[in-house]
Amino acid sequence: MTETWILLGAASSMARAMARQLAGEGANLVLAGRDMADLEAQATDLALRGAASAKAARFDARDAATFASIIEAAETLAGEGPINCAVFVGSMPPQEAIDADPSLIDGTVTDSFTGPARFLQMLAPKLEAKGKGLVIGVGSVAGDRGRIGNYVYGAAKSGIATYLSGLRNRLGRSGVHVMTVKPGFVDTAMTWDVEGMFLVASPAQVAAHMLKKGRKGRNVLYTPFFWRYIMAIIRSVPEPIFKKLSV
Amino acid sequence: MSWKKHSWAGWGRVQSATGELARPERSAALAPLATEAPAIGNCRSYGDAALVSEGRAITMTRLDKILLFDEADGVIHVEAGATIADLARILAPKGFLPAVMPGTGFATIGGCIAMDVHGKNHHGAGSFGQHVTEITLASGKVLTPDDPLFKATVGGLGQTGPIASAKLKLLRAKVDVMMVTERRAETLESFLDRLDESEATYTVGWIDATATGEALGRGILEEGETGAGLVPPAKRGRKVPFNAPGWALAAPVVRLFNKLYYGRVPAAGRTLVKPIDDFFFPLDRIHDWNKLYGKKGFHQFQCVVPVTARGTLRSMLEAIATSGLASPLAVLKRMGPGRAGHLSFPMEGYTLAVDFRNRTGTRGLISELIAEAKAAGGRIYFAKDSVARAEDIPGMYPELAEWAEAVNAGDPEHHYETDLTKRLSLRSAK
Ligand SMILES: Cc1cc2nc3c(=O)[nH]c(=O)nc-3n(C[C@H](O)[C@H](O)[C@H](O)COP(=O)(O)OP(=O)(O)OC[C@H]3O[C@@H](n4cnc5c(N)ncnc54)[C@H](O)[C@@H]3O)c2cc1C
Repeated sequence: MTETWILLGAASSMARAMARQLAGEGANLVLAGRDMADLEAQATDLALRGAASAKAARFDARDAATFASIIEAAETLAGEGPINCAVFVGSMPPQEAIDADPSLIDGTVTDSFTGPARFLQMLAPKLEAKGKGLVIGVGSVAGDRGRIGNYVYGAAKSGIATYLSGLRNRLGRSGVHVMTVKPGFVDTAMTWDVEGMFLVASPAQVAAHMLKKGRKGRNVLYTPFFWRYIMAIIRSVPEPIFKKLSV
Repeated sequence: MSWKKHSWAGWGRVQSATGELARPERSAALAPLATEAPAIGNCRSYGDAALVSEGRAITMTRLDKILLFDEADGVIHVEAGATIADLARILAPKGFLPAVMPGTGFATIGGCIAMDVHGKNHHGAGSFGQHVTEITLASGKVLTPDDPLFKATVGGLGQTGPIASAKLKLLRAKVDVMMVTERRAETLESFLDRLDESEATYTVGWIDATATGEALGRGILEEGETGAGLVPPAKRGRKVPFNAPGWALAAPVVRLFNKLYYGRVPAAGRTLVKPIDDFFFPLDRIHDWNKLYGKKGFHQFQCVVPVTARGTLRSMLEAIATSGLASPLAVLKRMGPGRAGHLSFPMEGYTLAVDFRNRTGTRGLISELIAEAKAAGGRIYFAKDSVARAEDIPGMYPELAEWAEAVNAGDPEHHYETDLTKRLSLRSAK
């Protein structure tokens, strides 16, 4: 049966890569984000690449009024078929900017945590009613430990990870699977000019990995896979030592 | 937009640059960069056309969406970073193909316009730019073919600024496979005659650039037509994982390889069915094949000479065959007159392209070949060159001064210069 996918933050590099793969599979796509010009262009592109349908929809994590119509659009497209959702939203102002203006914390937490959580909370009963579906939530390895360079972003990502873990517990009871993804370094606009990047994965590799493992029922996915080991090491550093490190 | 310090190389890996790159992911991020730096595509130009040393360049590869497909008119509007292979793959099942495709599917639409590339159907279809009906620059300016800037942009080496998107008139063709006929040509004369007489839509000749004496200029003529029907299974790409050792392309190895390659086609010729991309992009199946030449890299020399200059081709091939520097990759093709820009490469005649290992003597040999091409009234191709000097160019490109004036008017501070335009002082032409 044709899958219907909501991609939240559809203009991001990873979302675009996933959308291309899903288009090739013939899915219905709801591309939700803020840059409507880009999303409309993507919709045309994806339809030509094989999507059963592709539609741009406005999503602003900071404006909950945009949420309901996205869910309705997906329901209409899906009919009896499953609705899946992948969440790529988040924002990461430089830590120095936040130090200078602590009010930036609110937006960061809304973009990366409370906005998407509220959206998923609205979507959850619909998925429960269908008794099937897949939710892929993109957290970050930054959420595994508070680091000096980006602990506000990390805190928000840690929040969404905990939320997704609870949602998994809830939705699993009605046959809907939730996977939490923690990508390491991916070749996106966010990492483009950051120094010291290593073993950078392409968005297409990461998107393919996410779809494959999500469909197999993986709960938490580090991607590329070796990040699981890197983060295991980072998590195991005792706090008295960790607090002196600037990793 | 953030700029990243980066080192990158031309396809031949002889020339490289260290500079700063930006890579916009959305068109909203491209617009603010429009006046800052030249755009580059997938760096499939062999020399320094896509290099900017100690400067900046905009990598277009993430801007690769199809913006509109008008099936009734056979027109596609596409972002400049999309690749030719991507378009071909999407369009073929719908009964269309890009009207002109260069020999690598990795070339981007921006790169195809900026070099006004030619394909195996140049004698019939003309150049890439002749099928471009509209160009949208990143500045927002929209150019149609009657705009004076259009001719400075097509084949214009990126010097009118980044191209954001373009509309292309497509070829209508039901194509699942290519029907390819291969025939041997035993001598240069018979090769050229066959190229002249061929009525095929697509033609390309492989030439044995190591053969001497009687066999000088022998090769295999490939003639292709699009076909509908059986679709052969897709093959997976292979990768060259390391730099090949120096002997891999040593003269005796290449001579032997060429002999076998030539002998593979029976004397009576043969007809085969090939997947579309095997015919159009034969080398793309092996990713990073340029590493086969080892760390020192390689040069490609490509020229076009008028049909009357058969003697020049003969003397070029003599110099090439005796040098022991040629690789198996050598191509001879007939070109028609079609060209769309002031600096477009094509002219009616024969085009010869040969890859050379980068060794002592290679640059000297290529310099000689450049002089011969020029003396014969021909020209060299900027997409391939890494050897020419500024003084070589003016006679080859009669519209150079007109082009320079147009691009300098639009970019008086020379933000769009590349290593190539500087090396050849193209924008100082009077
Ligand atoms: C195996 C192989 C086979 C080839 N066969 C052929 C062939 O048959 N016929 C032929 O004509 N060529 C051929 N070429 C050459 C190739 O088609 C050209 O070099 C082409 O320009 C490469 O495209 P690119 O996107 O990599 O551009 P790059 O090499 O990255 O850039 C080339 C030029 O285009 C400009 N440019 C790129 N994008 C833009 C943009 N968006 N806006 C403005 N300017 C831009 C750059 O500034 C630069 O001047 C071949 C190359 C290879 C490696």
